[in-house]
Amino acid sequence: MKTTIPVGPYHPLIEEPELFRVVVEGERVVDIDWRTSYMHRGIEKIAESKTYDQVTFLVERICGICSTSHPIAFCNAVEDLAGIQIPDRAKYIRTIVAELERIHSHLLWLGLAGHYIGYHTVWMWSWRYRELVCDLFERISGNRQSYAMIKPGGVRQDIKPSEYRGIVAALDELEPKINMFIGAILDDPVILARLKGVGKMSREDAMQRCTVGPVARSAGVDIDIRRDFPYAAYNSVDWKVITQADGDVFSMAVVRLLECLEAVKIVRQCIDQIPEGELVTEIAEVPVGEGIGVEEAPRGECFHYIRSDGTNHPYRLKVRAPTFANLPSFRSRFIGERVADIMIILASIDPCYCCTNRVMRMDDGTSVRALDEKSLLELSWQRTRELDAHYVHRPRRLLEL
Amino acid sequence: MDPVKALQVRFPRGIGDILERSASRVYVGIDASIIKDIADFLFNNLGARLIIMSALETRAGMEVLYHFTFDRLGRIVTLRAVLPMPKPSIDSITPIIDGAEYTEREIMDLFGIEFVGHPNPTRFLLGDDWPEGVYPYRKEFHGQYPYRTEEETAAMRDEILGKGAK
Repeated sequence: MKTTIPVGPYHPLIEEPELFRVVVEGERVVDIDWRTSYMHRGIEKIAESKTYDQVTFLVERICGICSTSHPIAFCNAVEDLAGIQIPDRAKYIRTIVAELERIHSHLLWLGLAGHYIGYHTVWMWSWRYRELVCDLFERISGNRQSYAMIKPGGVRQDIKPSEYRGIVAALDELEPKINMFIGAILDDPVILARLKGVGKMSREDAMQRCTVGPVARSAGVDIDIRRDFPYAAYNSVDWKVITQADGDVFSMAVVRLLECLEAVKIVRQCIDQIPEGELVTEIAEVPVGEGIGVEEAPRGECFHYIRSDGTNHPYRLKVRAPTFANLPSFRSRFIGERVADIMIILASIDPCYCCTNRVMRMDDGTSVRALDEKSLLELSWQRTRELDAHYVHRPRRLLEL
Repeated sequence: MDPVKALQVRFPRGIGDILERSASRVYVGIDASIIKDIADFLFNNLGARLIIMSALETRAGMEVLYHFTFDRLGRIVTLRAVLPMPKPSIDSITPIIDGAEYTEREIMDLFGIEFVGHPNPTRFLLGDDWPEGVYPYRKEFHGQYPYRTEEETAAMRDEILGKGAK
């Protein structure tokens, strides 16, 4: 018998309201539909009444975690429209900010993923080391989040040479910890049993559903905006695109962890190579026309399209956040999975929406059962404990370290 | 072969003006009636990825933009179809590209463009109490909440702030 489980209208995990209608048969999921925009802010419409400089601040508010990705994508679009090049120093500063943000965003995801499968040590530890990056941002920009570093034509603030040493020191502390996570998580048999083969998506599905970012790369689709459409200073530093073949939740964790290491590598090179010079190329006039800006956010490709009528505000701004492109992949991921795995698969694409209350109702026509966040988490943790029981005598590597 | 050249060869009729703004950005005007064939050709034969679709209102009518990308070539090809008002309508490309399902429903809600042949043309972004025929991203819409009259808003304000409060 088919049963529809509405997950939402508040997301049971992260912080934004939307509704998933999961159709299950017994323990297994057979279909999923998605409804969103319970908190539609009309940012694209608001942007039509603001100047280009103001819109940079506006789009920074689209996302609280990857808060520098949207301004960079927007400024890329304005610069494409105006046909200007930004100064070299600004390129390097943009790269440093974007990569540091990638580290803290991926560590945030890792912590949440740990929490949802009942590994609270992973949660506490990864968020502890994420603090290093947030503190670093406070020193560089004055803010832990929403740094307001980017403006059309360059950057709003400099990173002073006296701050380089602090950045390198923080990276020196962070790098062994990321390596520790990689060792501890990739070797843990219970994490392996919970994540390996769960929420699988094939390469063909990933391409057919137009997924982006770590979600696509974990399924073997070799795309990365930083390499394919080089912006900022990515073509002046040495780094590689991380891909995995399996397309399951485990591969996504691997991609994100290894990307943290790449990000550390990129920031180090930027600190070494960063040239002296101007911070901004002034944009005298925005011409009539259109511009497209793309950026690789921690969650995938961020896309901005601007149509200009020659005034100081956009005639139309179109924003595509990476999660919008990745959510359709749920249809491939959920079919055939267990209800207890819903939690971790929903979290696996690192969705970016905000929510406060979490409710889930099961309704099979005769009986109505309400499941709140606690019961959902309990279902997930229960499964980890069952698996854990098989490995009672194994050494707990994470605790030893 | 360059994807735009390939398009011109495959569709000698139906391809309009081509605007090459830079090496990585091309805008191609197309005839709205052959969008399904073009999308099929770009996606299945040339291996493009659909980034997103967007729409905007101009004097000529409703523009629908299909942003395709060739990641390997570092090239974004934007197809532009202009649909006449007041009833803009175009064939849905969701049967060809699964990834277009939600963006077409989004445009349907916000701009009132009909996508003929969409497998699930139901409301996606707007609330269930949003009236039919009001499209918030069209230029004529100025941000009123059409489902609440001024009297109702005033009554709500009185209830929250106390009667007579400014």
